[in-house]
Amino acid sequence: MKNALGREIPDEILAGGKEVFQGQHHRDGYQYTKDAPRIRANVKPKGDKVLPSIRDAIIASGLKDGMTISFHHHFRDGDFVCNMVMDEIHRMGIKDLNVCASSVGKAQNSLVSCIEDGTVTGLSTSVIRDEIGEAVSKGRLKNPAYIRSHGGRVRAIETGDVHINVAFIGASTSDAYGNASGKGGKSDCGVLSYATPDSEYADYVVIITDTLVRTPNFPASILGTNVDAVVVVDKVGEQSKIATGILRLTQDTRELMIAEYAAKCMAATEYFKDGFTFQTGGGGTSLAVTRFLRPFMDAKGIKMDWAMGGITAPMVELMHEGYIRKLINDQAFDVTTVKSVHTDPNHFEITAGQYANPFNKGAFVNQLDFVILGALEIDVDFNVNVVQGSDGLLQGAPGGHVDTSAGSKCAIIVTPLIRSRIPIVRDRVTSVTTPGESIDILVTDYGVAVNPKRPDLLEALKKTDVPLCTIEELRDTAYKIVGKPKELEFDDKVVAVIEYRDGTIIDVCRKPKHLN
Amino acid sequence: MKLIKSAIAGTYESSDAFVRVEPAEGVKIDLESSVMDQYGDSILASVRDVLKNLDVSGVSVAITDKGALDCTLRARVETAIFRACDAMDNIPWGTKI
Repeated sequence: MKNALGREIPDEILAGGKEVFQGQHHRDGYQYTKDAPRIRANVKPKGDKVLPSIRDAIIASGLKDGMTISFHHHFRDGDFVCNMVMDEIHRMGIKDLNVCASSVGKAQNSLVSCIEDGTVTGLSTSVIRDEIGEAVSKGRLKNPAYIRSHGGRVRAIETGDVHINVAFIGASTSDAYGNASGKGGKSDCGVLSYATPDSEYADYVVIITDTLVRTPNFPASILGTNVDAVVVVDKVGEQSKIATGILRLTQDTRELMIAEYAAKCMAATEYFKDGFTFQTGGGGTSLAVTRFLRPFMDAKGIKMDWAMGGITAPMVELMHEGYIRKLINDQAFDVTTVKSVHTDPNHFEITAGQYANPFNKGAFVNQLDFVILGALEIDVDFNVNVVQGSDGLLQGAPGGHVDTSAGSKCAIIVTPLIRSRIPIVRDRVTSVTTPGESIDILVTDYGVAVNPKRPDLLEALKKTDVPLCTIEELRDTAYKIVGKPKELEFDDKVVAVIEYRDGTIIDVCRKPKHLN
Repeated sequence: MKLIKSAIAGTYESSDAFVRVEPAEGVKIDLESSVMDQYGDSILASVRDVLKNLDVSGVSVAITDKGALDCTLRARVETAIFRACDAMDNIPWGTKI
């Protein structure tokens, strides 16, 4: 069946009551009863919840073949927790598990062998890269992987689309009763935003930490009332890979030019006034936009109410300099940010649900004025792909792309027109992650295109000196320089399903023929 | 043109191509590319075109392409050929290249 974007969704994916994508607001007002965990009450005081090993915790959880387990990615490339748990599960011979992760990449490589031998047969994630991306692209996973945005993951957990049996939550610190936090300890990651829904909706919750602290470990991101067991290990992560050092601002003239155009676009809109709200990604161009905003804010004498998202040092600096009133943090990318979220009174941790879940009573993304986002590919209807490389490999992340672009008043894509001969603006994207109706402006090094659904923005941008053109003109320029790419050939086998944030199916990824 | 030794041109940087040529019987092209599926055929056609244009009939070409534009790719192949022929003077600017 074809969805609203003309993408063919196979019937077997829709079996079991899934709907095809029908527009970004299709499920506005949707009513449902939340899923609930099955709790084992701790009536009798037992001292503490500390178990001697991960293996003991797995046994105590009652984990069996066919169940669903979960992980978060706040330790990023320095995460040891997923591999430690999967190694133990593998040794115990438990099979056919569904893994609900907020991200999988380099640090979770043990999942590859678990996928190969059937220990893991299902996967839900918001980021998929590296060897796991390759394994899934090749169709090694028994069931198609579910690619969900950060908000979509919370929605799937809260509606019960995914019911987590056992959550393994790595924490920088915890007390013996499971009040856990991303703050302090040997593996300081700043916040535990993505683990909160897991702690509230999983039947059994295990905290894995390397730093046990005195009770109470407050403020706690994970409440001890939701935790069954605490395991203390030597190290939950590699600090240097959890939070990077100061990210150097890009010196790339192309990226700087794109960033300057984007800042000019923002400043020309009606939303650029005192109290505006803003989110940007951690990529070179996106970070540079933040820098270019400063003179425009000075000229107008305005401040930003809040900036949100994966927070980075340039944002923290802008707050310290008085340009931003508050920071709202769901992920801390560098040491400056980790330190700031511990000490700055106007820097707050939020949960993934508060950040982006479309099915609660209103997430922060709905209050965004601007968001700056990247793209692997964008088609002439402004549909964006951030999941699948142009070679068909799963090497990307919806992350918060889908959520913030749907929520914000002005979503701006920043991208070079061409990357290593790949035309980014094209007739058709390999797969759709974010629908074109969520995107307002496309900024490239060859010109700026405004979505025709926003004539108001086009009028506003005419007052600037940014080079305006149509998205079709950008595509033609790209094809003129690199030649029109040959269409990739795919097998029928669906290796991944791209679920829109509201639970409808926006696209599927098939196995590229060149991987046969 | 007749190759008298092996020669290289280019780099492994993104948007460039690394080209190695050596004298051989007939024409042999070995291509590895980050955009093989989208542009592999077009790259091979360009390389053959360059070889024909320079009247090269005995060469083995090995290319590691990192998404070079067509003009870059042609320039790298031409440079490698001229180097392999020890052609330092009277480069046919504006005619053959």
